[in-house]
Amino acid sequence: MNIGLPHFLTVSAALFALGLFAVMARRNTVAILMGVELMLNAANVNFVAFSRYVQHGIDGQIVAAFVIVLAAAEAAVALAIVLALYRNYGSVHADTAQSLKR
Amino acid sequence: MIRDLVFVALALLAVVPAIWVVSSRNIVHAGFALLFTLLGVAGLYAFLGADFLAVTQLMVYVGGVLVLILFTVMMTHVPAAGKRRHGLDRLVPPAVFAAAVFGVLYKVITGVNWQATAVPSKATTAEIGTHLMTTYIFPFEYVSIVLLGAMIGAAILIRERRATDDDEDNREAQA
Repeated sequence: MNIGLPHFLTVSAALFALGLFAVMARRNTVAILMGVELMLNAANVNFVAFSRYVQHGIDGQIVAAFVIVLAAAEAAVALAIVLALYRNYGSVHADTAQSLKR
Repeated sequence: MIRDLVFVALALLAVVPAIWVVSSRNIVHAGFALLFTLLGVAGLYAFLGADFLAVTQLMVYVGGVLVLILFTVMMTHVPAAGKRRHGLDRLVPPAVFAAAVFGVLYKVITGVNWQATAVPSKATTAEIGTHLMTTYIFPFEYVSIVLLGAMIGAAILIRERRATDDDEDNREAQA
């Protein structure tokens, strides 16, 4: 077995599918956030793998660094929203936030 | 060959805990499984010759995001009131859709001739720093503004809403 680009892409696809499943199936908002983090990591693996095997430059790695920064910002805001949800509804389940549904 | 073994070990370290992340009933267990997935992804970065990104992944994700997630889990821990019925029919459509997405991606990955060649890797930190200060100076500054906005927004979102009589005083003062 010679490790090449398709192996990395397969690992990344598996991570992405698992994150997608978590986002769709989980009801705990923190678990949904973990799914989003999994999907962002999968995209990042793709960026770095293509940067190494196809583009031969550094641009993919820089974009991956930007994705990491934005994922950190997203996590901070999302967790603040989760805490506000918990304070107002006493639960972190996504189903409980339906005050607008009448 | 040792290289293959290292790759397989890193890939398993990334994917197997990820299965636990999405399937564990206990959200604390899921958080700790996410730790191993993030370590595995950092290892994959190092395997791909992206040394700076591997260290950044460790510092930002493991040192920052994961700690934030675990803090939130522990501050909002709701003891499960009885066994909720884990309706299997509720899990089937997401599982089918995720499997279909993986199938399509795998078909594309194996079907395309990628023309992939690997060049010998070298240290990337200096090159990334140079690019961030020249080619990518605008996205770099922009992302710093985004971070500042996210920080202020998060602080405002979780601020304690107390001193309501102060608010009423303000309203009366304005009226």
